[in-house]
Amino acid sequence: MPETLVFYLLSGLAIVTSALVIGQRNPMYSVLLLVASFGALAGLYIQLDAPFVAVAQIIIYAGAVMVLFLFVVMLLNAPQEDAAEWDRTHPLRQPAFARFGALLALLLVVQLVWALLTAAGTDASVGARAGSETVSSVRGLGRTLFTDYVFAFEATSILILVAMVGAVVLARREGDQP
Amino acid sequence: MIPLGHYLIVSAILFSIGTAGVFLRRNLITILLSIEIMLNAVNLSFVAFGRQLGSYDGQIITFFVIAVAAAEAAVGLAIIIALYRHRESLNPDAFTSLRW
Repeated sequence: MPETLVFYLLSGLAIVTSALVIGQRNPMYSVLLLVASFGALAGLYIQLDAPFVAVAQIIIYAGAVMVLFLFVVMLLNAPQEDAAEWDRTHPLRQPAFARFGALLALLLVVQLVWALLTAAGTDASVGARAGSETVSSVRGLGRTLFTDYVFAFEATSILILVAMVGAVVLARREGDQP
Repeated sequence: MIPLGHYLIVSAILFSIGTAGVFLRRNLITILLSIEIMLNAVNLSFVAFGRQLGSYDGQIITFFVIAVAAAEAAVGLAIIIALYRHRESLNPDAFTSLRW
């Protein structure tokens, strides 16, 4: 089935690129790999009949937020972290603690997957319960957003205004006149 | 059709990768990127559940998460720039004092 194949391809791409993001020493490569991960996730959203979310993901996340990250990485000429020095001095890198931490992380993954596999109703294919009702139209999305969620929408606009002012104040040099 | 559980497992794996990044990496920019990975994992869960239940709520929450993530990235990066001016370092271990 092509649908299943596309799903595994996209989710595998998202997982591999996300794992590479935290594996890279150079922050520049990390940001570019994360853009690839977001692209794969946008493909998954399209498969879930959410085309507007997919487009917002590409435009806002991959287009705006990641470009902001790239600007900062280039602006700071970001140094690569000094791994050797950190390996030597960090207490969590002592062999006993490292093994314990890795065990805990593995336990978290096993527990999450086990909980998801045994939870009821997850075997039903996505959209089976919705029946004929489809939730992919942008018209219905906008209607819900501007009726039921209009207060949250306006609150978000204030949040973004505050974040913008805060970012300008924080990134200003000390000596600059406001 | 793909079962809902598969989307949730992908989301759980992405969230675990993000958590591991926050704990393992010693670079402020990479830590912020790991937080973005975690937010995206949660978004995938929201959209999958919304599709499963035939409701728009999942997609709308996802928009709010994207907006909050954009605001968080702007403020977080501004703080990183301010910190870098003081210490010439991106290692969080360099910022242990509350005032200098």
